[in-house]
Amino acid sequence: MAILGPILGRLLKAAITLLAIAILNFFLIHAAPGDPAAVIAGEAGAADEQMIADLRAQFGLDQPFYVQLARYVGNVVTLDLGYSFRQGAPVLDLILDRLPATLLLTLTAFGISLVGGIAMGVAASARVGKIGDSLLTGFALLFYATPLYWAALMAVLVFSVNLGWLPGFGYETVGANYTGLTRMWDILSHLVLPASTLGLFFMAVYMRMTRASMLEVGQQDFVKTARAKGLADPIIRRRHILRNALLPVVTLAGLQAGQLVGGAVLTETVFAWPGIGRLMFESLAARDYNTILGVFLVSAAMVIVFNIITDIVYRLIDPRIGHKA
Amino acid sequence: MKLLKLTTFLVASAFATQLAAQEAGGRLDVIVQPEPPGLMMGLTQNGPTQMVGGQIYEGLLRYDGDLNPQPGLAKSWEIAEDGMTYTFHLNENVKWHDGAPFTAADVVFSLGFLDGTHPRFRANYAHVDSVETPDDYTVIFHMKESYGPFINAFEVGSMPMLPKHIYEGTDYATNPANSTPIGTGPFKFDEWQKGSFIHLVKNDDYYVEGLPYLDEVFYRVIPDAASRAVAFETGEVDVVPGGAVENWDVPRLAAMDNVCTTTKGWEFFAPHAWMWLNNRQGPTADKRFRQALMYAMDREFMKDVVWNGYGTVPTGPVSSKTNFYSDDVTHYTHDPEKAKALLAEMGYDGTPIRLLPLPYGETWARWAEAVKQNLEEVGIKVDMESTDVAGWNEKTAQWDYDLAFTYLYQYGDPALGVSRTYTADQIVKGSPWNNVEGYENPELDKKWAAAAVSASNTERQDIYNEIQKEIVDDVPVAWMMELEFPTIYRCGVQDLISTGIGLNDGLRSAWIQK
Repeated sequence: MAILGPILGRLLKAAITLLAIAILNFFLIHAAPGDPAAVIAGEAGAADEQMIADLRAQFGLDQPFYVQLARYVGNVVTLDLGYSFRQGAPVLDLILDRLPATLLLTLTAFGISLVGGIAMGVAASARVGKIGDSLLTGFALLFYATPLYWAALMAVLVFSVNLGWLPGFGYETVGANYTGLTRMWDILSHLVLPASTLGLFFMAVYMRMTRASMLEVGQQDFVKTARAKGLADPIIRRRHILRNALLPVVTLAGLQAGQLVGGAVLTETVFAWPGIGRLMFESLAARDYNTILGVFLVSAAMVIVFNIITDIVYRLIDPRIGHKA
Repeated sequence: MKLLKLTTFLVASAFATQLAAQEAGGRLDVIVQPEPPGLMMGLTQNGPTQMVGGQIYEGLLRYDGDLNPQPGLAKSWEIAEDGMTYTFHLNENVKWHDGAPFTAADVVFSLGFLDGTHPRFRANYAHVDSVETPDDYTVIFHMKESYGPFINAFEVGSMPMLPKHIYEGTDYATNPANSTPIGTGPFKFDEWQKGSFIHLVKNDDYYVEGLPYLDEVFYRVIPDAASRAVAFETGEVDVVPGGAVENWDVPRLAAMDNVCTTTKGWEFFAPHAWMWLNNRQGPTADKRFRQALMYAMDREFMKDVVWNGYGTVPTGPVSSKTNFYSDDVTHYTHDPEKAKALLAEMGYDGTPIRLLPLPYGETWARWAEAVKQNLEEVGIKVDMESTDVAGWNEKTAQWDYDLAFTYLYQYGDPALGVSRTYTADQIVKGSPWNNVEGYENPELDKKWAAAAVSASNTERQDIYNEIQKEIVDDVPVAWMMELEFPTIYRCGVQDLISTGIGLNDGLRSAWIQK
């Protein structure tokens, strides 16, 4: 129960932070040149004053800035994300519509990178200075240095265009109307390329961090003690070194997890994955204020939630954290 | 001899169409880029909306590649000798997708609806005095004055017919029916998975017997240009509409086996590209500077290199595809020496000018770079100012630029799509599509006005000839190119483009050869 108290405190702080972020976002968005009415008029290829004035009135943009801000804050406080006039739908619906695809992609990539990265890091640290270590480190450096956009296009070129093994884009086969297991398998095959492209970059990061951290912890006195009392090497690695070495990795994973909602814009774009990152990017280009603010708010909420989760995980991994000395 | 050849050709082509028996059935996958914000054509008028919505909704008339009106929802029409009344006879067996009959009441309702939401319609409708419906299948427009271009205003994007029984008495913008559009067109809306695809299915009750042939159409949303090219290469999609892939990908895709291309289907729009030149301030306010710009640029080179040879270098404000075009004007060939002489004559002091490219992808960015290079060759200093679409809208609409790329549609008639760029009454801040450059010429204003309302086509041609000759010397904007957007498709797809708006209403007659 020592966990509960701090969490309640965190939640209260989180709510205040979120509101501050929401207000800041509002100012940021309105500082960008152009507004949704001008964009819609622009796309129409013809516009007169009346059209732009009508649209502004409809969107509430004809109101003084403070009125718009007050309305927005009122909406946020009552958990109402508003209506996207551009897309003709409530913002919450738009986001919920896209959320499953994004979470499927980012969580898979997250899983791949975390598990793969830690495993590779442990393996590399066990062979430090040997050829296996060099190979793994080399691979990691390559993945880390390759621009995501380029890697994604190359993956499509090799595995989809040339080899024809995997679909190059989309979420599922359009118009096939698969159900049940066939559909799952179909989505899975579409998931392979985007998830691995997105995952490889972070895998490289986790690998390097785990390796460095393992080596550092391995030098410490309590490891020597464990060796001295005759514990087997695998046990020392797992219980003594890895557990302590994981803390920085968890910190980083917490940061990455915060980006699960909005952090895959490039991957979603190249692979035509119908996710939230694209919704955000396209809404930004269209100055669809309500939708962008909605996505920003959900993303911010995710960051805060994962910060709290990270804190809990710290305590689980290292029980010393949270105990008052 | 020439006439004979033409006749033979007509006969031959008539035979060809008859010989190839259309086969019904099949599915067509078409790229739509970008994803449209909505499909309700009365509320949204952007390009992608028209491309998808044009299969769902219909207009009273359609237009062939030479811009001659063809029957649409109206099976026939008459224009009074004096141009003061337009009578339309509607097809009597047309049903909305929900089964309700389409009648003259829907036409009248649509006019009122569009008058509130559609600026281009509004400008045309201002010439209409009253509308009369003597029976359920006749609509008569009484004009305030004779207005020649009116007959070009009935295409689906300019005047879509909307269902009265669904919209009357509701708040149009938030009507839930907007997300499940109901029209009279050959295809019905089925499903829209945002970010992935829009699915249309065949309208079995379509009023033209035997049409459409296709069972279903998928409009595929693929946000990355390179991925769109790959989608065509791997066979995921059958049709790449004009402008959906970058220009340098076009030759590669066109060279594939069993792949055809056409530049037809844009005649009604005749997209005309130019650079706004700010006539109000800076060096561009001097006519000699604007003429120097024209001589400094190698527009043929830009066409061949930047646009891979697609397009035509324009002679002036009117596209050669638009009615009332004239080429009896000063021709600005690439002549750097002449440009330098003009700059010396005006005493250009080297003041840098700002160039705003159109943020529509790599081709446009390279185009701006080519211009910058040409201008710097004759000693004009150019600062490139790049921004996103919303920023571009804002800067042009607020007149905050020296040179700014744009392109506009002409809609078949100078009075519909050309004069709006050059008359003084169109100088209004806030829109990126009116007289943004600030050109004022009262003499020409009178001529534009006279040409629009003249009942005689010969007289209209004469006036437009004079206008073109005179305005080309003033260079109010720098005409860059009559754009051509090649449509790339599998050769097995037949009769894909049969009208002047191409893919926007073409799928009703398209079929797939098996």
